[in-house]
Amino acid sequence: MVSFRKSRGSVIRAAVLSALVIGSTFAAAPASAQPQATATLDAIRARGSLVCGVNTGLAGFAQPDSQGVWRGFDVDYCRAVAVALFNDPNRVRYVPTTAQNRFTALQSGEVDMLARNTTWTLSRDTSLGLDFAATSFYDGQGFMVKRSANVEHAPQLDGATICVQPGTTTEQNLADWARANNIRFTPVVIERIEDNISAYLAGRCDAYTTDVSGLAATRAAQASPNDHVILPEVISKEPLGPAVRHGDQRFTDLVRWIHFGLVTAEELGITSGNAAQAAANDQRPDARRLLGRTGELGAMLSVDNAFMLNVIRAVGNYGEIFNRNLTPIGLQRGPNALWTTPGGLQYAPPFR
Amino acid sequence: MSDATADPRYRRTPPKRPIRFSWSDERVRAIVWQLLVVGIIVAVVWWLVRNTQHNLEVRRIATGFGFLNREAGLPIAEHIIDYSPTNTYLRALIVGVLNTLKVAVIGIVLATILGTLIGIARLSKNWLVSKIAGVYVEVIRDLPLLLQLLFWYTVLQGLPNPRNAMNPVAGVFLSNRGLLLPWVEWQAAHTGALLAMIVGVVLTWMYSDVMRARRMQDGQPRRVWPIAVLLILGLPVAVWALMGAPFTPDVPALRGFNFRGGFVVSPEYFALLVGLVTYTSGFIAEIVRAGILSVGHGQWEAAQALGLKPGTVLKQIVLPQALRVIVPPMTSQYLNLTKNSSLAVAIGYQDIVSIANTTLNQTGQAIEGIAIIMAVYLSISLSISLFMNWYNAKIALVER
Ligand SMILES: N[C@@H](CCC(=O)N[C@@H](CS)C(=O)NCC(=O)O)C(=O)O
Repeated sequence: MVSFRKSRGSVIRAAVLSALVIGSTFAAAPASAQPQATATLDAIRARGSLVCGVNTGLAGFAQPDSQGVWRGFDVDYCRAVAVALFNDPNRVRYVPTTAQNRFTALQSGEVDMLARNTTWTLSRDTSLGLDFAATSFYDGQGFMVKRSANVEHAPQLDGATICVQPGTTTEQNLADWARANNIRFTPVVIERIEDNISAYLAGRCDAYTTDVSGLAATRAAQASPNDHVILPEVISKEPLGPAVRHGDQRFTDLVRWIHFGLVTAEELGITSGNAAQAAANDQRPDARRLLGRTGELGAMLSVDNAFMLNVIRAVGNYGEIFNRNLTPIGLQRGPNALWTTPGGLQYAPPFR
Repeated sequence: MSDATADPRYRRTPPKRPIRFSWSDERVRAIVWQLLVVGIIVAVVWWLVRNTQHNLEVRRIATGFGFLNREAGLPIAEHIIDYSPTNTYLRALIVGVLNTLKVAVIGIVLATILGTLIGIARLSKNWLVSKIAGVYVEVIRDLPLLLQLLFWYTVLQGLPNPRNAMNPVAGVFLSNRGLLLPWVEWQAAHTGALLAMIVGVVLTWMYSDVMRARRMQDGQPRRVWPIAVLLILGLPVAVWALMGAPFTPDVPALRGFNFRGGFVVSPEYFALLVGLVTYTSGFIAEIVRAGILSVGHGQWEAAQALGLKPGTVLKQIVLPQALRVIVPPMTSQYLNLTKNSSLAVAIGYQDIVSIANTTLNQTGQAIEGIAIIMAVYLSISLSISLFMNWYNAKIALVER
C-alpha cells in the first residue's frame, strides 16, 4: 500500500524542512541578507531539469495516464517552463504533493515550483514565503452531493456531515460560510484525498466540498458521474495559479510571463498548429515580439528570445491547454475566457 | 544497596592531592576535555539557531509563536472543551492534545485489560482457547497498524446510513455516523459528581493500602469493599444530589441528515481506538505470558499443594511476582500506543498531529509546528515513564 508513506508525509516533510532550514550551511546563506535573485534558475539549469510539485492525482489538472506520463492543465504549465528553459517539455520531474505538504515541499526546496490548484491568498503570499506568479484558473468553492440525497441548494445542508481536506482554503471557507449562514455541520477531515472521497462515497459524509474544478474532476472520475450533483452555490473566490519561493524574482518573472504569453497567443490566434508558420509570416508587431522575431524579450527573462514560440509549439496557447485538459471533465471557460469575451477574466499585460 | 555502602572498601576516600596545572595531571585533563565538549556543543547549537534565523529571514517565512493568538478558522469535529473556528490556534491545539489524550488513556486501559486476558488465555490448558489466543497474537502483530486502522475505518463506513440505522435498544443507534447513546444534559452537578468519583477512587486506594498494612501485621483479613462502594459510588451520588440532582435525558433522534443529541462515538475515534487497542494488546499479551512463565513452576506447585484454587493462585501468588517482569516492557507498549495514535490523520481523527499539521500549513511555520508536536509527545511520554517507574519501584520486591 502506497498509503504508508503518504499519510505521514506532511509531518515528515515538515520535519525535513525544519532540518533543512536549520542545517543549511553558511555557503547557502551568504553574509548579505539579500536572497540570490537567480538561485532557482541557476539550480534548475545546473540540474538540467525542472522539479514541479503537482497534485497527487486530479483528473484534468495533474494525473499520470495509463503509460505513467503526467497529463493535465497544471502539468502543461510545468512543461511550458521546461520548454522555455531547455526547449524540451520532458525535462520535468513531477513530485506529487498533498494539500497538507505542498508548501513545505516548496519552502524546503524539494520542488522548484508548485503547479497544483493552489489558491492565491494574502497570508500564503506573505508569511508562507511564497510568490504567486499568476492566476492560471479562476475558480470558486462548491459542494457535491449524491443525487439520491435530494439536495438542490447549499443552505439545505444544515446539520449535514461534510467531507473536506485539511490544509486547504476549502476548510477555512467552509467554517466561514457556515458561521455567516447559521449552518451547523460536522466536518470529516481526512488527509489523503482518495480516503476523503471514499468516505463521501461510502456515505460517511452527506456532501464533499472543494474547488468547483476539483468537484468536476472528482465527479468525472466516478463510474457513474450522474449519481452526483454539484450544487449551484459558489461560496468563495479561488484564484489558482503556479507558486514559487519568495525572493527569486527572476524565476517568478519567467513563470508569470509564460502564463501571459500563453494568454497573448490565444488573443492573437497563434496555436501549436500555426505557430511555426506565424513566426515566419505573421507581420503583426505584437505577434513578432511574442514569437521572438523582434526585440530582446526572452533575454530580459534570461531565456531564448524564441521561448514563447517553443512553448506554444509544445503545449499550445492558453485556450488549447484549457480545451485539451478541462473540457473533457465538463468545465466551461466561464471566467477563464479571454477578457474580450463577456464574463472573461484572462487578460495579459502587453508583451513588450 | 545498604550492603554496598556498608562494605569498607567503598568507604575509603582517595587521598587528597593538590591539583598540578599540568597535562600529566589526570584531573586537569578531565576538566579540559569536558570544557571542550561543552564548548563544542554550545557552538554548534548557537550556529544552528543563528543559521535558522538567517535562512527563515531570507525566505521571508514568518517566525515565532505569535500565531498562537490568531484566529484558527479551522473546523474541528470532536472537542472535549468548547471550541469554534473563531477560537485561537492555541485553543485548537489544546483541543488536539485533549483528543490525543482521550484516545491514548482509554486505549492504554483497554489494551491492558484485553492484552492480559489474551496472555492468560494463551497459557490456558484448553487447547482451543490457547490456539485462538495464539492466532490472534500472530495475526495482529504481523499486520502494519495503518492497514488495520484503514480496515476498521472501512468496516465502520459499511454500516447503514442514519435513516436505516441499527437500533438494538431504545435510544441506541449504530450507523455510518457512529454509535449514539442516550446521555444526560451535562451540568455543573455532573462535573462535580465526576470529580467526587475520582476523589473516591483515590481515597479507596489509600484506604486499602492501610488495611493491607494492618493485615500484614495481625493476619486478620479485612473487608475493603463496603467502604469502597461508599466512596466510589456513594460520594458522587451525594455530591450530585446536593447540587440539585439535575437530570434531563438527552436521547439521540434523527433530524434531517443526522442524529441530534445523545452521546456520539464517531467512526473515526472508534476505528482508531479499536485499531490501537487490538494491535497493542497483541504485544501486551506476549509480555503478560512471558511474565507468568517467569514465575518458577515450583511456586504454582507449592500454592496448589496448599490447596489454593487456580484463580487464587494466579491472583495472589503468580501475578504479583509476574508484575515485576511485566511492568518495565509494558511502559514501552504504553509509549508506543500513544505515539501510534498519531496515525489518526489517516482516518480523519483530529488529534494533535492533525491539528498542528493544519496549523503549520496555514501559518507556514513548520519549525514551530514540529516543535509543538515534539513537546506534546515528549511531555506525555515522560509522564507515562515517570508514572510507570514509580509504580515499578512500588511493586519491586522488598528484600529484607
Ligand atoms: N484551492 C484550494 C484547495 C486545493 C486542494 O488541495 N484541493 C484538494 C481537493 S480537489 C486536492 O487537490 N487534493 C489532492 C491531494 O491532496 O492529494 C487550496 O489551495 O487550498
